[in-house]
Amino acid sequence: MTSSRLWRSLPWNGLGVLPFVLFAVLFLLLPTAHIVAGAFVDAAGGFTLKNIFNLFRPEIINAFWLSIRLSLTSAVIGCGIGFAIALAVVFGGLPRALRGVVMTFSGVTSNFAGVPLAFAYVATLGRVGFVTVLLRDWFGVNLYALGFNMISFWGLTAAYVFFQIPLMVLIITPAIDGLRREWREAAEVLGASNAQYWRLVALPVLAPSLLGTLALLFANAFGAVATAIALTGSLLSIAPILLFNQIRGDVLGDPHLGYALAFAMIVITGVSNGVYVVMRARAERWLK
Amino acid sequence: MKRFWAWAAIGVAAVYFFLPLLGMLEFSLKMRRGEYSLDAYASVLGDPQFQASFGYSVIMAGLTIVFGVLIVVPTVFWVRLKLPRLRPVMEFVTLLPLVIPPIVIVFGYVRLFNTSSWLPLTGSALGTDFLLLCGYAVLSLPYMYRAVDTGLAAIDLRTLTEAAQSLGAGWITVLARVILPNVLVAVLSGAFLTFAIVIGEYVFAALLDRPAFGPYLVWAGGNKAYEPAALAVMTFALTWGCMALIQAVTRFSKHTRMPR
Repeated sequence: MTSSRLWRSLPWNGLGVLPFVLFAVLFLLLPTAHIVAGAFVDAAGGFTLKNIFNLFRPEIINAFWLSIRLSLTSAVIGCGIGFAIALAVVFGGLPRALRGVVMTFSGVTSNFAGVPLAFAYVATLGRVGFVTVLLRDWFGVNLYALGFNMISFWGLTAAYVFFQIPLMVLIITPAIDGLRREWREAAEVLGASNAQYWRLVALPVLAPSLLGTLALLFANAFGAVATAIALTGSLLSIAPILLFNQIRGDVLGDPHLGYALAFAMIVITGVSNGVYVVMRARAERWLK
Repeated sequence: MKRFWAWAAIGVAAVYFFLPLLGMLEFSLKMRRGEYSLDAYASVLGDPQFQASFGYSVIMAGLTIVFGVLIVVPTVFWVRLKLPRLRPVMEFVTLLPLVIPPIVIVFGYVRLFNTSSWLPLTGSALGTDFLLLCGYAVLSLPYMYRAVDTGLAAIDLRTLTEAAQSLGAGWITVLARVILPNVLVAVLSGAFLTFAIVIGEYVFAALLDRPAFGPYLVWAGGNKAYEPAALAVMTFALTWGCMALIQAVTRFSKHTRMPR
């Protein structure tokens, strides 16, 4: 082989993606790999599983358990209400213009998360919030005397649902659109009632989309930090806030435990996103 | 009957979503005792810290968009043209920022680029700004990549490129004067979404200790009474503006595109 042929056989085409590869490796893959590797290394630099075992301390387990319950509850509620809205928009016989409004509004509110959402929430349900005062002055109901507290499980869930519903609407509406008119007609010709059509045809077709989106919403809530911090001032011990405090000041007193904490978070969001991808592939078999 | 339930679902959702928005609007107007006023807004806009942090985040958002476009457009173009086998890999990598929680990514930054590492980016303010810029580019990568990829799928890449090349255009000319104008709408929608994400971002800025708008918001939330609601209203208007611009450019492109 002459040198010019060797020169030409080099993978020059690969050079075109070099900037992107450098960027992705340096600022996405390497930092993540560093965290994952750190979870399996002890202070002296040797391999260990001790950090992972150390995660099973009550304060960490409780933080993860609270996070999981919070994410799951807000995902289930978001899924249910979002599905109802999407069904109403697609099949409800509503004016066509309403659909555009709902979709745009969902786009806005699903991006209106984080700190401003927490402020809106405090202005509404805080001690002198809009709804709190309204209920007190007009209906004589004192929310806070009834035991309501924003910095609690249900308080935070209600705030999370605010960005979960629009995300559900955005993802599930195209899936519902994919239900073909022929399927309903075929079912009707065969004598199926409306309920039978939904139970035996539509819901089984939609099931992977519903489950997949549920997993996505779960991961979405699990990784959220800013809303919770702005609402609770890092008081409520959920997994991302625990990690936030650990990065700021090593509250666990063991840097490697911090790595293990982050690793556990990746595992949980990774698994739920994996469920989403698998379910979406399954849904696409029907919905083309 | 079906229509009744549909309206009921939309109605309940509207109440759930409008109450907090109404609540924050009403609260933001209540700063002066006994009457509605724009005092909270005046107080926010007159705060030098607000001006500084908001300006910082606007500049960061602009730079992130430019940086993101420079990284994503040539790469997607090249992969579609020359390395189509790499597309699944690109799909996977650009999805990762949605899978890995942002707080974990920034944790990696803090440990990997600290002052005693081989690339001590966090050692200087400028280096940390660059790191934050890269972090924001990573956060917006899934949206930017998908927007540009869909945009490029809609045009006949090979023919356009060959036509331009046979007229003597180099790669830079092809990208800047043939490809970019054709995917401008896609790039713009990616850009507005990036802006909406970056402007109020908290975790990256807080943990990298940069004076961005997100940390200012949290500080205001802990130290002021009516200003946070005014800030929330302004941020919501900004998010709404970004989404409206995306819709506007998309609709505009539908009118200008030639029927095939």
